Amino acid sequence: MNIGARPSEELLRALHASAADIGRSIAFMEVCGTHTTSAFRCGLHSVMPKNVRLISGPGCPVCVTAQADIDELIDLGSRREITLCTYGDMLRVPGKHGSLEKARGDGANIEVVYSSLDAVRMAQTHPDRQVVFAAVGFETTAPATAAAICAAQELGLDNFTVLASHKLILPAMRALLSAADRPMIDGFLCPGHVSVIIGSDAYRCIVEEFNTPCVIGGFEPGLLLSSLLCLTEMIAAGRVALVNQYPQAVRPTGNAHAQALLQKVFETGNAHWRGLGLIPQSGLFLRQGYARFNAAQRFSLKPVEDREPAGCICGRIISGLALPPECKLFGRACTPVQPIGPCMVSSEGTCAAWFKYGPHRAESHGVAPAQQLQEVLP
Amino acid sequence: MCLAVPAKLITHNGLEGVVDLHGNRLPVNIMLTPDAQPGDWLLIHAGFAIEKLDPKQAGETWALLRDVAQAAANSPAGSEADASAHSSTGKGDRR
Ligand code: SF4
Repeated sequence: MNIGARPSEELLRALHASAADIGRSIAFMEVCGTHTTSAFRCGLHSVMPKNVRLISGPGCPVCVTAQADIDELIDLGSRREITLCTYGDMLRVPGKHGSLEKARGDGANIEVVYSSLDAVRMAQTHPDRQVVFAAVGFETTAPATAAAICAAQELGLDNFTVLASHKLILPAMRALLSAADRPMIDGFLCPGHVSVIIGSDAYRCIVEEFNTPCVIGGFEPGLLLSSLLCLTEMIAAGRVALVNQYPQAVRPTGNAHAQALLQKVFETGNAHWRGLGLIPQSGLFLRQGYARFNAAQRFSLKPVEDREPAGCICGRIISGLALPPECKLFGRACTPVQPIGPCMVSSEGTCAAWFKYGPHRAESHGVAPAQQLQEVLP
Repeated sequence: MCLAVPAKLITHNGLEGVVDLHGNRLPVNIMLTPDAQPGDWLLIHAGFAIEKLDPKQAGETWALLRDVAQAAANSPAGSEADASAHSSTGKGDRR
């Protein structure tokens, strides 16, 4: 496996050497759930230098969706006149009374779609049904929702709405760094595909205001190693900078077409994040001109009390303040088969990744996950 | 959920395009990359092309995925990692 001219073994050796130069414990937050899963899958944690920790951030859209938003979706999905279209990831997230999957088992009309435009097509071909699209996700996914709303407007559909709980990643990163119980974060591994939309320059505020290095990186093992090496070298050299290691996809100013579309359809507002609470200007809400596509308005949804499952510490986990084994329910009452919190449901959730690939797993299977890489360690 | 995968644009008619992903033909909307032309490598997420990739570097991303699969097949934990290398693209394809 080669990253440009540097094989992974060489990257790993360099990472260990530069971590040794630092002489203290450091922690990097991988903001994005896809990075969390990739790191676990390739056994990266098992070959990290002793003084370098990887912690998960608030970048799994399913995990940060407030329980109240899930309850609203289940409420809508259970109404007779509604067909609820959702991305597959949301299906098993438990609400106060079961999940969308359970509601579907009980007869609710819930369809899994690959694209937001599938939901528009569904509305077009089923004029007798009210089709609601469950719009979840960060900047990567929000343009698809905006596009669906524009398409529905063009088609003159009056049976298509969205229940939007889109979120923005930068306000969450700022909130973490400004929190009273701020986790130890020496650098961010920034989310690669959110960055495609917002551009690498967007992280300058984190670098400059919070004096925290940011590296935008890809997802495969070598690209991950390369990003971590970049962060470690910066710290060893006492440098704080923004480095884009994913230039094939991420431009400095991002995708202007996607940004214009978001700007056209959405405005920012305060949003509730699971575990992180209300974060100012961190959510995307439909502009007044698109109010007729707002499912909350059309179906007069009443605000639901936001409650998190008793004992679940997902919020602390996605804030980098705790690891899954610190949750009393982890691996006992809460497993991927019977998840209690969203971090165990989502394929990109930290608890699910720990359960599937964590240290206890490697031991019980008698394999060292990254044996090939471990052989090159000093 | 934010995973996107590279695929090559085969043809398009206005904003509706068709990409080749691992030999499969998939419909894709190119409104976010309106100047995409057949032959371009695009990054696909949830049915939309979200960016045009530098062709040389897109090729490298694929080469890397192949390397990962191969390295995994040769390793003791082969099958698991092999499946992962595929699912990391397959999943992006669906979501
Ligand atoms: S193990 Fe389950 S209950 Fe505990 S934090 Fe994770 S998702 Fe929540």
